[in-house]
Amino acid sequence: MSKILIRGARVLGGEPQDVLIDGAEIAEVGQDLAADGAEVVEAGGKVLLPGLVDLHTHLREPGREDSETVLTGTRAAASGGYTTVFAMANTFPVADTAGVVEQVWRLGKESGYCDVQPIGAVTVGLEGRKLAELGAMHESAAGVTVFSDDGKCVDDAVIMRRALEYVKAFGGVVAQHAQEPRLTEGAQMNEGVVSAELGLGGWPAVAEESIIARDVLLAEHVGSRVHICHLSTAGSVEIVRWAKSRGIDVTAEVTPHHLLLTDELVRSYNPVYKVNPPLRTEADVMALREALADGTIDIVATDHAPHPHEDKDCEWAAAAMGMVGLETALSVVQHTMVDTGLLTWAGVAERMSVKPAEIGRATGQGRPVAPGEPANLTLVDPAYRGTVDPAGFASRSRNTPYEGRELPGRVTHTWLRGRATLVDGKLQ
Amino acid sequence: MDTHASGVPRPVLEGPDIARVLTRIAHEIVERAKGADDVVLLGIPTRGVFLGRRLAAKLEEITGRKVPVGSLDITMYRDDLRMHPPRALARTEIPGDGIDGRLVVLVDDVLFSGRTIRAALDALNDIGRPRAVQLAVLVDRGHRELPIRADYVGKNLPTSLRETVKVQLAEEDGRDAVLLGAKQAAPAGEQ
Amino acid sequence: MMRHLISAADLTRDDAVLILDTAEEMARVADRPIKKLPTLRGRTVVNLFFEDSTRTRISFEAAEKRLSADVINFSAKGSSVSKGESLKDTAQTLEAMGVDAVVIRHGASGAPYTLANSGWIDAAVINAGDGTHQHPTQALLDAFSMRRRLVGKDAGIGQDLTGRRVTIVGDILHSRVARSNVDLLHTLGAEVTLVAPPTLVPVGVGNWPCEVSYDLDRVLPKSDAVMMLRVQRERMNAAFFPTEREYSRRYGLDAERMAKMPEHAVVMHPGPMVRGMEITAEVADSPRCTVVEQVANGVSIRMAVLYLLLGGQEPAAASHPRTEEK
Repeated sequence: MSKILIRGARVLGGEPQDVLIDGAEIAEVGQDLAADGAEVVEAGGKVLLPGLVDLHTHLREPGREDSETVLTGTRAAASGGYTTVFAMANTFPVADTAGVVEQVWRLGKESGYCDVQPIGAVTVGLEGRKLAELGAMHESAAGVTVFSDDGKCVDDAVIMRRALEYVKAFGGVVAQHAQEPRLTEGAQMNEGVVSAELGLGGWPAVAEESIIARDVLLAEHVGSRVHICHLSTAGSVEIVRWAKSRGIDVTAEVTPHHLLLTDELVRSYNPVYKVNPPLRTEADVMALREALADGTIDIVATDHAPHPHEDKDCEWAAAAMGMVGLETALSVVQHTMVDTGLLTWAGVAERMSVKPAEIGRATGQGRPVAPGEPANLTLVDPAYRGTVDPAGFASRSRNTPYEGRELPGRVTHTWLRGRATLVDGKLQ
Repeated sequence: MDTHASGVPRPVLEGPDIARVLTRIAHEIVERAKGADDVVLLGIPTRGVFLGRRLAAKLEEITGRKVPVGSLDITMYRDDLRMHPPRALARTEIPGDGIDGRLVVLVDDVLFSGRTIRAALDALNDIGRPRAVQLAVLVDRGHRELPIRADYVGKNLPTSLRETVKVQLAEEDGRDAVLLGAKQAAPAGEQ
Repeated sequence: MMRHLISAADLTRDDAVLILDTAEEMARVADRPIKKLPTLRGRTVVNLFFEDSTRTRISFEAAEKRLSADVINFSAKGSSVSKGESLKDTAQTLEAMGVDAVVIRHGASGAPYTLANSGWIDAAVINAGDGTHQHPTQALLDAFSMRRRLVGKDAGIGQDLTGRRVTIVGDILHSRVARSNVDLLHTLGAEVTLVAPPTLVPVGVGNWPCEVSYDLDRVLPKSDAVMMLRVQRERMNAAFFPTEREYSRRYGLDAERMAKMPEHAVVMHPGPMVRGMEITAEVADSPRCTVVEQVANGVSIRMAVLYLLLGGQEPAAASHPRTEEK
């Protein structure tokens, strides 16, 4: 592999420096490095981050290749600056056996756009009744460490307890989709002022918060670590903050859309705003931003959920839940966290690369930008201003809530172990 | 009103003229209806209703009998409904004894294309079966688009299509007058 | 007036009064030997019903036929819709047939809104009830019935319901009738109080322009109209209330309770009534109960809405009669 010299990039948002990539590794970081035959990337004004890691992606393959495949999903990831994505288990068939996770893992390897770490289901068929073969999935070629029934909550307290305990044997973690099922029967949107007016079934905050409260207490009791997917309410933040203050080993994620959008948007009955957990209120959005800034929420995860056009071009109740997010995540985080002064670029690197890699045990990802480290890098132009046009997405699906919205920042380059997957905004 | 181009609208009938014209029409009705004992007056909203009531009072003076008077809203029977924003409906008030077998005299302020009267005849059709229908108007300005004529005309007023005829009545406008003015320059397509 | 009627909340006070006034004129057509007007001749109206509702459909159909529209009834039961055809496909089929208006009843809240705003169809959309969201013509006919009883048929022309006290009792949570009525009655100046067990009041009701009470007996003496909503027995199984008997004891209207209402006050019900549950037969059949009038008024209101939405091509100003240009 050849050499690449990234010239004048603000590493983690700091002073401009040159970064020399040699092969799959970073060779040198410093001022005025000699090109010495290397391909030069002029990066003046741009920010260099470790390659982003998404702990929560739906790649849909196998089973729903009409909405996304491992190939199109990883292309979308590279476009968004990601070098690793964790692929959720709710595929058809469900990723609850070593066979399915290995298939996804292998497809990821073949795609070459970013690393794909399959997530295994906690229970067989996501049905919440019987533990899946967690150990076998860990020992498979895919080396699964993160387990989740995402899309469904592991609502049975005994099953959740057992899962938390069981994965300790190999350092795994259970990522909980916190949604009390009985409290959310027929739920269509956040329960509150807007749902009362629109006559849509309410998804109350307490349905999320009660599960999180239970699970942090369970984790404390059995001495396990637990990860909470897509926190969406101010109350959830309070519970996680309290749990961390008690020393409970809990980590939490927030999606970009929950940092920006509110349930007021549902007034349009446009299903592009239908997502689970639902868009909440302005007060929740502000609490989530604050929690991400102060570290109560550890990471940003996209919950990239592609759906085919027909599943969103219909009446609200019939529409599928979810939004694509890989290609807009960094822009939304810049808009909500960096441009508002809540987070530095170093903080962004921590929450979108370092910590998610750590939680998911993704070796070689989320590393410092330093000599000898793998060259997994993302170059961002924070001064860029553009309007989101889903027609340009690499994802197979277009269900973005940001169509036509002006968002700052643009990922121009992504390198996966020294190989460029994105150059000047174009996939390689 | 049309204060521009050709200036201020010009009165062609003033208050006393209108009173005199209505008295004459009343006499003509009595004469032609041989005493007017089966006459029902139906005014077409808005100003036709007021003219109808005035005519009824005059007929009562002449014959010494009460003459039934009512109103007939023709909005729902118009042939140009699709061309205009929907209008609020006016009241249709048929006198107690109905119109079957009676001589209905429709009363309106201005007779122009004849389309209003065509609609009024359709509306009447849904309400009953008069012995005969006649038409009384304060002003006939010409330009008929349908084979319709008035039986009683206050004033024949030859006009150009570029002119407007505006009837004012004390009940609605605070004074009695018929004004002839120039149409304001209208955007293409508007008549 | 706007092009579609989706929500009672979209109506201004003047829009609403215009509809009520127009309905008053429409009501007079019912007294004539020929109960028909040529107004919508050559216009096609589709009654697109994804949910069973014979009464609402018949009421719309009567209104459409009295205005001489061509009526197509499309019931989703047994049609291609139940075979998986989407709302979009159905809409596009109707569009291809050249319909002028779609009266839609749908189980999903917001479906009429989506139909009107999706670009799938050009026709005017009239919401005949969507999920637990809105049922604007019901609210209009309720307001019309109240105005006729409390203000007067002729005296009511041009009037709203300022200062009238309306109590709505029952399953507010699942009721599109309650939502529409709160919006419209508030716009018309009435003071609305909702009465229900707390389980049947939506979270977020605090932002509605009305009061909420759990005590029917305290509210009745201060009511000019009491609207009883149907309470489905199935709600009992979801623990919204313990038993039918307890519900009717606390929130049902019987003769004894009715006696607490002021002399002039009326009892209303959108139908269908569950006698013995929210209302006793004695109350339902009393002269104070407007249920039968409400049905007749429904036709007049729907004629008014159809005329005002379809009578002209241009979006019309909801204002005073235009002076006729001669």
